[in-house]
Amino acid sequence: MINVKVNGVLMNVSASTIAELLSELQIDPDRVVVEVNLEIVKKERFNEFTIKDGDSIEIVNFVGGG
Amino acid sequence: MDDKLIIRGIEFNSRLWVGTGKYKSFEETTLAIEASGADVVTVAVRRVNIIDRSKENLLDYIDPRKYKILPNTAGCYTVEEALRYARLAREAGVSDMVKLEVIGDDKTLFPDVCGLLKATEILAKEGFIVFPYTNDDPITAKRLADAGAAAVMPLGAPIGSGLGIRNPYNIKIILETVNLPVIVDAGVGTASDVAIAMELGCDAVLVNTAIAGAKNPVMMAEALKHAWIAGRLAYKSGRIPKKLYASASSPLEGMLT
Repeated sequence: MINVKVNGVLMNVSASTIAELLSELQIDPDRVVVEVNLEIVKKERFNEFTIKDGDSIEIVNFVGGG
Repeated sequence: MDDKLIIRGIEFNSRLWVGTGKYKSFEETTLAIEASGADVVTVAVRRVNIIDRSKENLLDYIDPRKYKILPNTAGCYTVEEALRYARLAREAGVSDMVKLEVIGDDKTLFPDVCGLLKATEILAKEGFIVFPYTNDDPITAKRLADAGAAAVMPLGAPIGSGLGIRNPYNIKIILETVNLPVIVDAGVGTASDVAIAMELGCDAVLVNTAIAGAKNPVMMAEALKHAWIAGRLAYKSGRIPKKLYASASSPLEGMLT
């Protein structure tokens, strides 16, 4: 288990890749964009991109806006 | 009459563009968008709610194959923030367009034009199709054109204010100053505001609050659709000049003596 910050919330997760994290959080990977420590992670790399203790992760999507 | 708006090779069927904010539900959003006839919809980039996963996704309701998605950088106050949001938006893979906002003040939501110019230049170089939300200043519009904007989006009045087009003369000067599409963004309150923008010769109008905040958003969306079509036709047909005194519509010849 590692401690990461996801969307500003400190979490203890068992995931070790982005793909696993999204699955742990029940988030559809097709609908989101992920940034780790201010760097965008391409969708194609979700499976291989490892997250480590202390990472700051942002998971964003589109919402209503003008 | 072939009168399609084309920007950077992208064809737009409607000159009314709509936002997706402030609606009561996704159902209401889709009904209003449909009634508006718009093919461009703006969206914002925000954190996924990781605590409450029951929240549905906007793109489940607005099909990116049917609508052109125009992500915005609303809420960004610095160049760096705006760049970050724009890049995240593009990574979603539905659009290279961005409605660029660099806000200068939270009370007026007026743009910070210095930041806006910088961000426009950087994003245009990165291949974005940049639609900067700007004030109604012709000089700034010209600078934005030089910085690589695909169009300029001068405000009619503050965002969400419903005050209409407060300075139609500046909008007219912008139209004559820049060789780019001019899209009035922000300030529209009702149908006549949309018609005025189109009669001035603007290429499109972007509306959110006027529709979403109306008592009947779907009906207002339809009203604005008629307004842009009416205003555009009036502009294309060439209005009569304004003059101070009357000129009779009926002939003087044949009057009884």
